Amino acid sequence: MWPHRGISLQAPILPEKEGEIHIIDFDDENNIINKNVLLHQAGEIWHISASPADRGVLATCYNRTSDSKVLTCAAVWRMPKELESGSHESPDDSSSTAQTLELLCHLDNTAHSNMACVVWEPMGDGKKIISLADNHILLWDLQESSSQAVLASSASLGGKGQLKFTSGRWSPHHNCTQVATANDTTLRGWDTRSMSQIYCIENAHGQLVRDLDFNPNKQYYLASCGDDCKVKFWDTRNVTEPVKTLEEHSHWVWNVRYNHSHDQLVLTGSSDSRVILSNMVSISSEPFGHLVDDDDISDQEDHRSEEKSKEPLQDNVIATYEEHEDSVYAVDWSSADPWLFASLSYDGRLVINRVPRALKYHILL
Amino acid sequence: MDSETDMVRQIRALDSDMQTLVYENYNKFISATDTIRKMKNDFRKMEDEMDRLATNMAVITDFSARISATLQDRHERITKLAGVHALLRKLQFLFELPSRLTKCVELGAYGQAMRYQGRAQAVLQQYQHLPSFRAIQDDCQVITARLAQQLRQRFREGGSGAPEQAECVELLLALGEPAEELCEEFLAHARGRLEEELTSLEAELGPSPPAPDVLEFTDHGGSGFVGGLCQVAAAYQELFAAQGPAGAERLAAFARELGSRYFALVETATISYILTLTDEQFLVQDQFPVTPVSTLCAEARETARRLLTHYVKVQGLVISQMLRKSVETRDWLSTLEPRNVRAVMKRVVEDTTAIDVQVGLLYEEGVRKAQSSDSSKRTFSVYSSSRQQGRYAPSYTPSAPMDTNLLSNIQKLFSERIDVFSPVEFNKVSVLTGIIKISLKTLLECVRLRTFGRFGLQQVQVDCHFLQLYLWRFVADEELVHLLLDEVVASAALRCPDPVPMEPSVVEVICERG
Repeated sequence: MWPHRGISLQAPILPEKEGEIHIIDFDDENNIINKNVLLHQAGEIWHISASPADRGVLATCYNRTSDSKVLTCAAVWRMPKELESGSHESPDDSSSTAQTLELLCHLDNTAHSNMACVVWEPMGDGKKIISLADNHILLWDLQESSSQAVLASSASLGGKGQLKFTSGRWSPHHNCTQVATANDTTLRGWDTRSMSQIYCIENAHGQLVRDLDFNPNKQYYLASCGDDCKVKFWDTRNVTEPVKTLEEHSHWVWNVRYNHSHDQLVLTGSSDSRVILSNMVSISSEPFGHLVDDDDISDQEDHRSEEKSKEPLQDNVIATYEEHEDSVYAVDWSSADPWLFASLSYDGRLVINRVPRALKYHILL
Repeated sequence: MDSETDMVRQIRALDSDMQTLVYENYNKFISATDTIRKMKNDFRKMEDEMDRLATNMAVITDFSARISATLQDRHERITKLAGVHALLRKLQFLFELPSRLTKCVELGAYGQAMRYQGRAQAVLQQYQHLPSFRAIQDDCQVITARLAQQLRQRFREGGSGAPEQAECVELLLALGEPAEELCEEFLAHARGRLEEELTSLEAELGPSPPAPDVLEFTDHGGSGFVGGLCQVAAAYQELFAAQGPAGAERLAAFARELGSRYFALVETATISYILTLTDEQFLVQDQFPVTPVSTLCAEARETARRLLTHYVKVQGLVISQMLRKSVETRDWLSTLEPRNVRAVMKRVVEDTTAIDVQVGLLYEEGVRKAQSSDSSKRTFSVYSSSRQQGRYAPSYTPSAPMDTNLLSNIQKLFSERIDVFSPVEFNKVSVLTGIIKISLKTLLECVRLRTFGRFGLQQVQVDCHFLQLYLWRFVADEELVHLLLDEVVASAALRCPDPVPMEPSVVEVICERG
């Protein structure tokens, strides 16, 4: 996951007593990568997310093995100061002592069981955080500079059988009051003020839904991906049918991400070892390309804008990235440079790519 | 007093019981003695008769010796005469051979001629040096040459039907003609005949509006073409069996070529029939552009392909769900030492076999890569080699986990990437490969999401070995199954804080028991 300028966090998953966080620092001017390691002593990490407000703060879900039981817990941590801004020096021998994360607070889940994921309130001041545990949504308030987490409200999913949330996202629209979750093959939207369900998309996918993401520019649109190898785009006002379906992958799709600024660029990573960058123009906020306002036209530009076709551009797959040799479990866009993205695969390979230049200029101009 | 009378009564009853018992047994004893006496008598009588028999046999032997002695020399003379008689008969046959052969050739009874020739050949060969025999042999050779020529001519004309052709070929082969040429010619003639059939079928289909009745068409095609083809194939195999694989290949190519043309015709015929039906049913006039038959054929093929791919996906999904549930619902940390293969794995193998049979009814086998003889005994080399790197020791250098996977990563670079949902061909092996790939990939992904205790890992090891024993024979390339299962075990090992794999010999014992 990629919160801030040129830094990405990567957490290898190994069932050892301690987990680790690798902070990869990417300098895009010089194409240099530096790496620092932080110890996460509580256990192996399954989910990680960074606070939108404070660069040094992040939340993790980790496995704690006790006796012969594995429990997934969540906690909020702070990184050591010197790693926040990212160092641009050439790396010394990595035998320098790795540093430890400072525990800020636990998200106490003794009342509930395993935490599946943790999402921060986007655009917020880093004080609100939601965690999904089994079939509960828990909204926490972080008080006193994040040293204590108080449960503000919660909601749970009723119904027969063991329902379990698999992932969730906080919508950046509607004043950050909406959250969407996925459990099995259903997508649900919740209002965080009342903790009640707003909409429900049954059978969104034929099999398990793995991930979802909100369109940053269009209020009611979200994308979901699942084990049926499809990526579906939904309009939450009309949930009977997806707006668009992509079926480019040949195995489970683990991640789907919209570009933060240009929502026609959609990134998907799958366990068929491919990362696919798609151009979903027809359902983006700019289906006709970049239009120029009438007021600003000079005589020359007048002709040019008239020549521009008024048909919506076609959706297509921009590129398929096959650098990984094993399943790709995470993809994300950089929040610093909207044309940069990274993907992470099972064998620990992190690949950083750019959007092809031709497309970039086409979108900008 | 009462009890006394009672006892007396009982005593009396017992007494009488005893007496009856003795009487019964007594009778039996008497009868036994009688039987034994009788047996003794009989044996004595038999002995007497045996003695008499022995004396009679001696007398007979004596007589027969005398008789053979007297008739000895007559016997010799008669054998000699019989031998001479047979020899003379053979000589007569030989002298008459040329005239007989000529008569046969004239009558066209080539088979009989060949038989006569065959019988005489060896003898003539042996006695070549005698002038009279020599003459006969020359004559015979001339006639045989003429016979061969006639046969060849008849064969070349090719006007005759298949059985006569077969006979010609058989005889020509017996005469020692080069088999290759005969092969080619035979196939050429057969091709000519079958192509005639095909053209007549094509003509029926033709551009003329009244499309033929489908039943008639298939009947015609079936009896004419297919029947002819089968006849040709059978005859060819019989005649040229000695040719070996080269001959068989030629036949296969020939059959395939003609067969594919036939099937194309059948396809077109079926589609035309459907078209005429729709025309009749819906009264479509010629105003709308009617889809040409070829487009429809292509569409039908495309639909067939999509249907097959969907079938593979659905079946793969069924097995995947089984595997997924089995991995997700089990408590892998506290499981006990594995004693046998899990029932779900046996179920998977059973289901796969059932699908194999089902698909085998419709499709042919397909092409498989050559199998190694010890494919079922392969060890998990990836895991064992990465184990040699030493277990992952908790340290501060994060590159350690990469080292243990280095070998497996390098291996992955050189092995082909496995495309899980690749396009499926129309044969059984391809279909099953698709299904198995989907299921194993699901197993892999599910395994990577759980944490395993030591015995959990061993259970996974046993299960994977079991799957490997049984699934390799269904896929096109058995390396694929090995690779995926190795990956499953390696991933499970990585997810285990205390990886101690089971000994391979123990794994094999458990799997054999299951």
